[in-house]
Amino acid sequence: MGKIRSLTLWHWYVGFAALFVGLFFGLRQSLARAGIWAKYDYYQGLTLHGVLNALVFTTFFIAGFLYLTTENSLKRPLRSYALAWFGFVVLLAGTVLAAVPILTGRASVLYTFYPPLMAHPSFYIGLTLVVVGSWIAALVVLRTYLAWRRENPEARVPLMFIATATTYIVWFIATIGVAAEVLFLLIPWSLGWVKETNPLLARTLFWYFGHPLVYFWLLPAYLAWYTIMPRIAGGKLYSDPMARLAFMLFILFSIPVGTHHQFADPGIGSNWKALHAFFTFLVAFPSLLTAFNLAASLEYAGKSRGGSGLFGWWAKLPYGEPVFAAFISAMILFIFGGISGIVNASYNLNMVVHNTSFIFGHFHLTVGSAVTLTFMGLTYLILPRLSGRELFGRRLALVQSYTWLIGMLIFSFANMAAGRMGVPRRTDLGLSTYSFPQVVERLEKLSALGGVILYASSLLFFVVFLGTLFVGRRSKERSFSLPVTEAYQTEAEAPRVLDNWKVWIGIAVVLIIIAYTPVLNQVLEISPFGSPAYSPSLPVPLPR
Amino acid sequence: MRIDPFEKFAMIVGGILLGAFILAIAYANFVWGVKVPTCEVVTRPFSKGAFIETAPKTYEVQVVARMWYFDMGTGKNEITIPAGSKVTFFVTSGDVVHGIKIPEKNINIMAIPGVVGRVQTTFERPGEYLMVCHEYCGIGHQGMYAKINVIQ
Ligand code: HEM
Ligand SMILES: [Cu+2]
Ligand SMILES: [Cu+2]
Repeated sequence: MGKIRSLTLWHWYVGFAALFVGLFFGLRQSLARAGIWAKYDYYQGLTLHGVLNALVFTTFFIAGFLYLTTENSLKRPLRSYALAWFGFVVLLAGTVLAAVPILTGRASVLYTFYPPLMAHPSFYIGLTLVVVGSWIAALVVLRTYLAWRRENPEARVPLMFIATATTYIVWFIATIGVAAEVLFLLIPWSLGWVKETNPLLARTLFWYFGHPLVYFWLLPAYLAWYTIMPRIAGGKLYSDPMARLAFMLFILFSIPVGTHHQFADPGIGSNWKALHAFFTFLVAFPSLLTAFNLAASLEYAGKSRGGSGLFGWWAKLPYGEPVFAAFISAMILFIFGGISGIVNASYNLNMVVHNTSFIFGHFHLTVGSAVTLTFMGLTYLILPRLSGRELFGRRLALVQSYTWLIGMLIFSFANMAAGRMGVPRRTDLGLSTYSFPQVVERLEKLSALGGVILYASSLLFFVVFLGTLFVGRRSKERSFSLPVTEAYQTEAEAPRVLDNWKVWIGIAVVLIIIAYTPVLNQVLEISPFGSPAYSPSLPVPLPR
Repeated sequence: MRIDPFEKFAMIVGGILLGAFILAIAYANFVWGVKVPTCEVVTRPFSKGAFIETAPKTYEVQVVARMWYFDMGTGKNEITIPAGSKVTFFVTSGDVVHGIKIPEKNINIMAIPGVVGRVQTTFERPGEYLMVCHEYCGIGHQGMYAKINVIQ
């Protein structure tokens, strides 16, 4: 299984390099919005921040990580390494093709690239290759699974693989939407083969993809919390069957909900928006199951470590262990992420927060913390194993996790409060020509303080990362196996249907058809293919 | 499959909570009239703003969002109305995607080229209401706003 080493490592090198650049612009944005160090191209930076953090870092990290979980759970080598490396090359090529136009200022369209703002074609082609590269990674995992199935026709699918496969199933169904948007609408339009495009249709296809995208980020974090964290905490997973159920519910409900990002859009009936809102509430349910299961697992761990009573076990958890510190901080932040997510999902309540700074206050708790901090914790766990060196700077790693926790609480609280007062997101607020009540200015300063703490915290992470690679003490043994958690209620108790992919994917497809047929129908009827292309810097259509 | 009694309890409480949220949403929608924009089939996209008093204290504003101003047919970036006016905004875009947020009202709508959205509100209190563009629309985005002056 030694071949996995460089495969995962290289995915992570590229992923974290992207994050390193992306986070710098996070710092700049939080400062610029408070009017500090504001002279730069804000929207180019924001495009880099969104694309590098949310698309490039996540995709590379997840691809590398899920190769590892596939081998660990199925206990057989990937099929095949050559294909996996090919996928890596495609991902990398796509990233370069998308990054060059952003860096040269020809794609300042943000990571959602809503037309009719138009980017250089290379941006769209690059993003397409990133998606294709991730499909190749999914194919490698699928082929490995099929080979395992042939070798083990009767075996239960291990929970770690359930989580791995769920991630890719959701991702594959989701990316069909963005592939359709980019291949059929945006690439022909940006190359000039088609003169006019359909903005509302593009948005609808984007958000068909955009919501399950967040589950593509989140499910690998859930994987870590369910199958690794309890063992790190010194206990067991409380219930393997309930974990399986949660993952299957994510397959069902993470996709037919995308219109909840379009509650404020005209051209889509409020009745269909209400249907998507209802499904969104259903997708909150597996997260509630997760909260219970993980809390019970932590209680089991705390009590195994000698804690007692209703809350006494809470004090016994290994807070001084860097991996656990990162996981627990991520989970605490995710509680607030989940609650603010319910606010966003609440249909008419969304009218208060849509496109305000409340929104990025929310998602820095989810993708920016629950996901990113869990991935950092996984790095503290796995990088020493892959590199054959001990973790460099355990203390630094601990400080990193807890400063992220504090910085993010400040940052997201400030931005959610400002959002409640109507402060818009995606705005170079430092240069705005309108003004808000005085208190907003103070909230933006607070947000900048949070941003500085977060950025400092991320630098600690990179010190630990590079330190481990280059100056960490060599450890005697190398191992590529993950510490997989045992379950208290085991898979033997789970009904067979919980490993039956066909059933769940089948129901998911039916739900998607129910949720999206009326929406697409309406959009195609009402919204014309009538928009010429615009550059972000000119108020007239581009001559073509 | 064995489900722990505690877990059953947690699931039921979670379910009730989600149900209560849904009821609250329905209540705000039907009783308070806090609606989300819907699909307008009657009004076709327009390219010029207009500010029309359709009845005493009742206005219709046709807003065309453009890079980087709101055309409301008044020739400047503001409208003036008496307190207690009921205003219906018809919103579209003349170029790229924009958005409208009136922080002190539950007005929040995207301006998308090719389609028209409609929102309605009543301005009870006199004062100056800010209306900002809340979707990135190019380099002038941070300067895109208008004002609604509500006078006695
Ligand atoms: C040092 C830590 C970070 C800081 C200070 C920071 C700051 C910010 C700020 C202020 C914005 C809003 C800008 C605006 O709407 O005008 C933003 C947007 C965003 N951030 Fe972060 N961020 C950080 C880390 C992250 C991480 C780790 C991720 C994800 C992996 C992330 C993903 C995003 C995304 C997707 C957006 C939205 C971009 C858009 O609206 O197009 N950020 N960030
Ligand atoms: Cu969503
Ligand atoms: Cu704008």
